[in-house]
Amino acid sequence: MTAPLLTIRGVCKRLGGLLVSDDISIDVMSGEMHAVIGPNGAGKTTLLNQIGGQLIPNAGVITFDGTDITALPVQDRARLGIGRTFQVPKIFASFAALDNPAIGILGRKGHTFGLWRTVRKLPDCEAEANAALAAVGISDKALAQTDLLSHGDRRLVEIATALAGKPRLLLLDEPMAGLGRDESLRMSALLKTLKGEAAIVMVEHDMDAVFSLADTVTVLAHGKVIASGRPEDIRNSPQVRTSYLGADDDV
Amino acid sequence: MSPSFLPLRIVIVCCVALAIAALAAFGDQTVLRFASRVAIMGLAAVAVDVVLGYAGLVSLGHAAFFGLGAYVTGALALLGYHEGLVVWPVAIGTATLAALIIGALALRTTGVYFIMITLAFAQMFYYGANAVPGLGGADGFRLPARSTLAGFSLDNPRTFFLLCAFVLIAVLLFARRASFASFGYSLQAARDDAVRSAASGIRNYWLRLAAFTISGAIAGLAGVLSANLTLYIAPSSVLSWHLSAELLVMVILGMAGTLYGAIVGAAIFLALVEIISHYTDFWAMYVGIAVIARVLLLRDGLLVTLRKLVTP
Amino acid sequence: MSIAFLAEQSFNALQLGLMLFLMAVGVTLAFGTMRLINLAHGSFFMLAAYFYAWVIAQTDSGIISFIGALAGLAVLAVLIERIIIRPLYLRDHLEQVLATFGLILVFNDLVMMVWGRDPVYVPLPDILSGHVMLGDIAYPAYRLVITAVAIIIGIAIWYLITRTRTGGLIRASADNRAVVQALGANVDRLGGAVFALVAVLAGIAGIMTAPLIAVTSGMGDSVLIQSLVVVIIGGLGSISGALVGALLVAFVDVFGRTYLPFLLGNTTGFALANMAIYLLMAATLVWRPFGIFGKPR
Repeated sequence: MTAPLLTIRGVCKRLGGLLVSDDISIDVMSGEMHAVIGPNGAGKTTLLNQIGGQLIPNAGVITFDGTDITALPVQDRARLGIGRTFQVPKIFASFAALDNPAIGILGRKGHTFGLWRTVRKLPDCEAEANAALAAVGISDKALAQTDLLSHGDRRLVEIATALAGKPRLLLLDEPMAGLGRDESLRMSALLKTLKGEAAIVMVEHDMDAVFSLADTVTVLAHGKVIASGRPEDIRNSPQVRTSYLGADDDV
Repeated sequence: MSPSFLPLRIVIVCCVALAIAALAAFGDQTVLRFASRVAIMGLAAVAVDVVLGYAGLVSLGHAAFFGLGAYVTGALALLGYHEGLVVWPVAIGTATLAALIIGALALRTTGVYFIMITLAFAQMFYYGANAVPGLGGADGFRLPARSTLAGFSLDNPRTFFLLCAFVLIAVLLFARRASFASFGYSLQAARDDAVRSAASGIRNYWLRLAAFTISGAIAGLAGVLSANLTLYIAPSSVLSWHLSAELLVMVILGMAGTLYGAIVGAAIFLALVEIISHYTDFWAMYVGIAVIARVLLLRDGLLVTLRKLVTP
Repeated sequence: MSIAFLAEQSFNALQLGLMLFLMAVGVTLAFGTMRLINLAHGSFFMLAAYFYAWVIAQTDSGIISFIGALAGLAVLAVLIERIIIRPLYLRDHLEQVLATFGLILVFNDLVMMVWGRDPVYVPLPDILSGHVMLGDIAYPAYRLVITAVAIIIGIAIWYLITRTRTGGLIRASADNRAVVQALGANVDRLGGAVFALVAVLAGIAGIMTAPLIAVTSGMGDSVLIQSLVVVIIGGLGSISGALVGALLVAFVDVFGRTYLPFLLGNTTGFALANMAIYLLMAATLVWRPFGIFGKPR
């Protein structure tokens, strides 16, 4: 039985007097697709923020590949191999699309203080950045100004940037949000290709995607884990159906 | 990162080179003095643009670095040290050290806090300079002589102007080069989205500190040249926070984030002040009105506006 | 150094601190409510002093001059807010810095155009020009009175901000302008009112200080910087921070100037005394980058 890549034990977070994360304990194995679902306000993004380092828990321990990362700064977690995308895609607006993953590569390699060699002309950097864009399927927009891209394209650029960091754990915050039908299908296909390359913790509301892609599903409500297990078990759990999926709805 | 108008750029570069050559060859003392001042202030404005345009930080404290460069040069001159190859690195080093310390403290905050802290620290140097004995207090002092460079005299205004222009262009080229290298990219990424850059492994704080320190060094160099130009230093001329604010004005008059825009802005600003002060003692008021108008009416800098007119 | 001397210096420090508090509270309110950085804050201090000097020269009455100067200042502040400041609330701080810097340049020159370059001296009001016996010390009555006035105003501001509905709106709009607007409050008018209030506070400080110093162009600049140091130390957005910071700065400044030359010799001591409040600021920043009561925003 291999050790989990990511362990979360007893994590609590208070925000402005509200207990947003209440004694959360979760394991994520290498290479697995772990979906986190729950109603709005359940604390899903807060949980992601604590794994990613944007927030520090008030209590509890988070361990990544044996290292205690509970209070580790964001950039150090990134260099350990934790990648992240955000609910509203974050991109480097004054750059072209290609430069975004290029910057991710610079960050990963720790080559950020070079004063002379032009980034675009760094050999492996350019190739890798192009490959990252190709992997998400927007090679045709490589030289477009990023802030002029559509919402869906921005999201793809952000995923490419995160992938450029060669993460072993990828945190995705609602990758399907705001996408049209075609874009959703493409995103699902992309997520499928990413499976296995890295462990993925994905916060999502799109149940089709969750149940077709996830190896494990964790359900959060009011900051607590109310269920965690295989998708079929979660789907059939009466407890989950009442509190989240809705007792009368067809899933 | 924006499409370049290569033919236009070549034309502009040639014009600039010609202008410099013409000024050096035919300019009289007054013109050369003004041109040197433009080059020096342009250099200081470039320093501010590194921090404003590339790091995205509003510093109201760059007069500290400019003034330190000037004061150390002057103080060493009073003590009899005139050789630039010795004096200038010491002066620039002092400014750089100050930038490192102030930056280390100020960069732990952002936004308004950063602005206020840089302003306050610069004021510390201003009041300190007023009080250090032997430096003339609020009235300042005259330098006994201009620096020499490797033994060569810089007294000739033509030589001095060419030196200033050369230094400015060298710094500009180096800084622009760096802006397209990994340092420039990472710094601008931190400016565009600090959360995203950190999530990609970029050490925002250290990058900004490096940029701030380098910027302080450049401003210090400008201060060294300024002391040598005017041969007179006083707190109100080189350490005043009004100078810091004016440098910001110069940068946005051109276009923040291009470096050469800062030089254009400096030229326009100094020319305006020169012209207005011929007509009235109260030129500061008109500058104030112009700045207010620029902020309220023209959203982008002059260069951007011009570029928009030129682009179909 | 006798007790009497210590006590006198302490009273001076208290008075300076309270004047700084009136200025710093304005800075903190303007930022706390409207996210505004306003460098022309010191200009209101200066303009009120000049207005007061002018009115008192016409009328010889302290009370009328006080009210008249403040009224004039308030009108000016409302105009400035409407025309120049209001477009800037949603813009970035760089533009606010530049525009308000422009205002400083304009006002500094305007007062010179109107009142000339020579310093203007404002007389102490007759009834207050005597001394009050505090134990063994003869302390100027005027300074005691302005200290008392500043304390009263401070309490009034505290009450306004923490206990009234308007104060609640003011505090709320700092955090979420859109929500406050949705609640039906006119955020723009609120901003205008706060701006006028802040200007009047600066004006009161200016008028009360005027008889103690020379009224000149640019006198607002140094007060501005000092109030920024206060806010950096105390924390932006916090009224208690403004008070604590102001008193700290005042005491360090007054006692620094008194004792440092004595302790360290005239030259070093004098230089350090000039820089004392900034060194205090640096020390605070190492320990608390956002000020004692400040929160990162």
